[in-house]
Amino acid sequence: MRIAGKGLINRAKPVSFQFDGTTYQGFEGDTLASALLANGVKLVARSFKYHRPRGVLTAGSEEPNALVTVGHGGSQDPNVRATTQEIYEGLDARSQNRWPSLAHDVMAVNDLAAPFLGAGFYYKTFMWPKAFWEKLYEPIIRCAAGLGAISGEPITDKFERAYAHCDVLVVGSGPAGLMAALTAGEAGADVILTEEDSLLGGRLLSENGQIDGMPARDWANATAIKLNAMSNVRVMARTTVTGAYDGGTYGALERVGHHCEMSDGLPKECFWRIVAKRTVLAAGAIERPVAFQNNDRPGIMMASAVRAYVNRWNVAPGKSVAVFGNNDSAHDTAADLLAAGVHVCALIDSRPDATTTLDVPFYAGAQVSGSEGRKELEAITISRASGIDKVQADCLAMSGGWNPTLHLACHMSGRPDWREDIAAFVPKPGMVPGLIAAGACNGAFSTAACLGEGAGAALAALEAIGLKAKMPKLPASEDRDYSISPLWAVAGKGRAWLDFQNDVTVKDVKQAAVENFRSVEHMKRYTTQGMATDQGKNSNVQALAVLADATGRGIPETGTTTYRPPFTPVAIAAMAAGAEDKGFAPERFTTSHRLTVKAGAPLIEAGLWYRPSFFPLKGETHWRQSCDREVGYVREAVGVADVSTLGKIDIKGRDAAAFLDFLYTNMFSSLKVGRVRYGLMLREDGHVMDDGTTARLADDHFVMTTTTAAAGQVMQHMELVSQGMKRGMDVRFTSVTEHWAQFAVAGPKARELLNGLLDAPIDGESWPFMACGDISIGGVKGRLFRISFSGEHAYEVALPARYGESLFATLRARAEALGGGVYGMEALNVLRIEKGFITHAEIHGRVTAFDVGMQGMMSKKKDFMGKGAASRPGLLEDDREQLVGFKPTGVVKQLTAGAHLYNDGAEPVRANDQGYLTSVAFSPTMGTFLGLGFLRGGRARHGETVKMVDHVRGIETTCEVCHPVFLDPNGERARD
Amino acid sequence: MRIACPLCGERDSREFSYKGAALALGYPSEEAGFEAWDDYLHKRDNPAGPTRELWYHGSGCTAWLVVTRNTMTHEILSVELAEDAPESAQENTQGANA
Amino acid sequence: MIDLVAISPCEGLLPLTVGAVTLSEPEMAPLALVAPMKGKEASLAKAMQAAHGLEWPAAGETSKADGAELIWFGRAQALFVGAEPSAKLAAHAAVTDQSDAWTRVLLEGAGARDVLARLCPLDMRDTAFPVGATARSEVFHMQASITRLGDDSWHIMGFRSMAATLVHDLKRAMESVAARTQG
Repeated sequence: MRIAGKGLINRAKPVSFQFDGTTYQGFEGDTLASALLANGVKLVARSFKYHRPRGVLTAGSEEPNALVTVGHGGSQDPNVRATTQEIYEGLDARSQNRWPSLAHDVMAVNDLAAPFLGAGFYYKTFMWPKAFWEKLYEPIIRCAAGLGAISGEPITDKFERAYAHCDVLVVGSGPAGLMAALTAGEAGADVILTEEDSLLGGRLLSENGQIDGMPARDWANATAIKLNAMSNVRVMARTTVTGAYDGGTYGALERVGHHCEMSDGLPKECFWRIVAKRTVLAAGAIERPVAFQNNDRPGIMMASAVRAYVNRWNVAPGKSVAVFGNNDSAHDTAADLLAAGVHVCALIDSRPDATTTLDVPFYAGAQVSGSEGRKELEAITISRASGIDKVQADCLAMSGGWNPTLHLACHMSGRPDWREDIAAFVPKPGMVPGLIAAGACNGAFSTAACLGEGAGAALAALEAIGLKAKMPKLPASEDRDYSISPLWAVAGKGRAWLDFQNDVTVKDVKQAAVENFRSVEHMKRYTTQGMATDQGKNSNVQALAVLADATGRGIPETGTTTYRPPFTPVAIAAMAAGAEDKGFAPERFTTSHRLTVKAGAPLIEAGLWYRPSFFPLKGETHWRQSCDREVGYVREAVGVADVSTLGKIDIKGRDAAAFLDFLYTNMFSSLKVGRVRYGLMLREDGHVMDDGTTARLADDHFVMTTTTAAAGQVMQHMELVSQGMKRGMDVRFTSVTEHWAQFAVAGPKARELLNGLLDAPIDGESWPFMACGDISIGGVKGRLFRISFSGEHAYEVALPARYGESLFATLRARAEALGGGVYGMEALNVLRIEKGFITHAEIHGRVTAFDVGMQGMMSKKKDFMGKGAASRPGLLEDDREQLVGFKPTGVVKQLTAGAHLYNDGAEPVRANDQGYLTSVAFSPTMGTFLGLGFLRGGRARHGETVKMVDHVRGIETTCEVCHPVFLDPNGERARD
Repeated sequence: MRIACPLCGERDSREFSYKGAALALGYPSEEAGFEAWDDYLHKRDNPAGPTRELWYHGSGCTAWLVVTRNTMTHEILSVELAEDAPESAQENTQGANA
Repeated sequence: MIDLVAISPCEGLLPLTVGAVTLSEPEMAPLALVAPMKGKEASLAKAMQAAHGLEWPAAGETSKADGAELIWFGRAQALFVGAEPSAKLAAHAAVTDQSDAWTRVLLEGAGARDVLARLCPLDMRDTAFPVGATARSEVFHMQASITRLGDDSWHIMGFRSMAATLVHDLKRAMESVAARTQG
């Protein structure tokens, strides 16, 4: 019910919104919770397990009950806390976990079965038969218990991620946070002040006290205006710091578009990574409930929340309100209610010596021991020494004291201290390096203490970063001692709730202790206490206090569970923002990409690169037709392919040759200028890392090529060798992969094609096989390498990348005029398999030079990377799996990559495994499938027949083991 | 996590990649023998405390770094360029403790 | 003789303006990576000064002279931009043509830094990254070189092959920033 008063709502701006299909009206400044309460809506949710009716418990992000679903389809958000959701015109919220409706929920029958559904119920009941768990039990449980759901549709909202850096991060804007930000800001530090709420002020917005002679909320507002005007202070409202990480890094979730209709392009949330030199944690405190029988009825709320609804939102949460507590918060609440003209039917204080001057029915040394009502509170039972009273009330404000919000301080696995005087845990200094706790989160509960600690923490932070500042004059404010007498659970029968969100009761925790789950971590997992989306913010301390009692230990000995990020839930969409679709990974395009796409070539990903699979011609219906045709270009005329994706590393320096001698297994210092040599590179452990050709352009100048896949890895490896292991060598190198557009021109007519283009023609004498050098085309300087990955007479021609597209178009046209054309990766693969050339399908990380038959390339004259390791026992044995070729000989004339090999007649099981196929192609040149693979002792088994079994695809055949080079074994065509 | 690169200053860990124990710098000679190679390739301490690691600033200056880090607290005790760092692990662990 | 056509990395992609921020591609310019050989740092600095009037930049710095500039480009290297490097440098350094290796873009306008803050983990506050400062870092998933040319003006370099992604990622961040300032 809305009442008169000077709250922080704008009564001039009514706002319409929907809850479960009914339209309600609230005001600008309302949360969904305050607006629903203003409209008399108390039942807002059903509980997770027992489907009990639940109402609003709190006025903050710790809310366990009032979870709703907002939005539809790709914009649907489940489990939104009604206490933090601001209303806006058109907001559509729905209740969750109920069917068919919130008022009539069929699954409420669970509540009747409660005696059978206590702690450990799942573990005990659904054990047998094992197979039933996944198929039967879990789906049923998931259906019956739960929270909101996502729509299952692709997300339509936009999210973002961002970075921020500051000198001092202040988390929270209550009196401590505001004072800290002000002090640090005035000293000239770069400050980021984060506040979860839409307004700065924290508790000051909801309390009736005075600061500096004005209402506290006015002081908060004035301070906020001051801070906003400082260019070195960045105020981030609606932003929750969710985690503390190493090195002063904090995660923070900013809710950018939750409080308004989403407009085009506006992100819904932004996940910030804030790096701070120092942090002032001023996160306040969370009031804790008291456990008593049926303490979860709609209408039973936290005392601080009642004050917030009355003072900030001018809402009376009931017509007749009872107040119950073990500390002075309860008295404040009764006073504020009276001041607002709300009837207070009882003030119950568990402290026997408590007194009051308020004109209300007062029960000292008494406890609320039960509640009545169905979908909302109707009456409470008050127990005291003299007997039991029943009082009619439609709202109960309760306060079990305050828990400092120390979560962030514990995120790096620090354990907090127990303070007996306030019956609460407080952070220890240094639990998170660079973080200083101040105010209520540090156990300081008066406004004056908060202001003082805020300023003090800022001074400490400033000093640490070398900025000078004096203690500011603190504004006058309330400075009252906090007095509390612990009360965790009221004795009595029935179910007394601890964790409202996960439906955990005092009885469940005691049962856990009985069953010997005495460690707080075990109790947590056995009962699910604190494991819901609110992570037990309202209940963990009470639960461990109950456990401490049940196990006869003190609270400090019992200890807390581990605090982990995030403080409040963070959508994966926010953490992964920008990584969807094309943001997932960079796309690397060659200079021929546009023409390739235009030619209709399907693309294949090679690392981050996109390369053409084949170039289909009209009338071709199967990729093999295109591939076979393209192979024919190279074998019979001339083919052109973009090979720019291969890594190219330019190496210069006096020791360049010696450096290569160490990197490669074979010699490069003996390579003549103007020549190219194939090289094999090993890792430290003696296994093959990569292969490729390296050209010597001058005595002290080489250009290395790497495979497309390993370019980055090789570069990193070379940096390690040069900076670490061979740091004395005078050599510099850099990647020139991106600078050059490089094309293979391969086939009997390759030279003819090139001579139509080159400014100076070439011949066999000046450009023999494995020659390299400078050329120019159309006046543009480039390089030419006579190398071949197809076994044909072939070249690779390189020009600066800006000319790549133009060169590709020219090469294609010339090739077509000579009866050839462009070819893609499929044909390239066939061509190299016909020649037995290896790729990373073969050098997959577990093979040695010996395994691929290149032991002869391991120089005996020098040391090289991997040499020592490659000679270890076990790496040179004859029965290792060795590279060989395969041809199908069975009825099935097909080979498949990944298939395994068995001796003819042996059962195809793992124990009999003889090896596997790594690469397979249909060779149009030879009219058969060809395969490369590894076979145990294979080099000595040429001519044998083995069985190939592809268990995955269900293909079986026999094949002949042969030499891996199928075509032109003496390499005559390339030298032609 | 943040690493203070001696060239670039303090940077987010996403710019770096991890290789492993810094003893990789002490590459043995080809004649070092089986034991030495076994130690170099496979045997690693797993200290609860300071450990020397190789990190690569691949998205920054491309320097290899030797980072001494406390595995208990995640505190980074020192960062040096690999080119300036001793190759032997023993010398440096003592340095980190000092 | 063949007439080859030169195409810039961002052809067809730029310029574009979103809100107050503009992304454009500067004219193609000669780029050369200059890496001093062992022990030649001092003599290279001298030769650079003599040939081009340029200071050798310390880590994170740039230096400028008539018609050319040097951008610190990582460990033991700087990128020479805007002119053909003198042949005399080769006596002291590995000089490698990189003119076609990089996509260069200019991000300019009020809020340009906010755009970068959505993609790049660097501390770009005035104190940490003044005009003239440079860094090697990341733009979202890509390695990049970032140089501050003015209060609201940034020079960003990424691999040539990743031009489309660089523009895509920057455009997305520009839209995000624009939507917030309009809202």
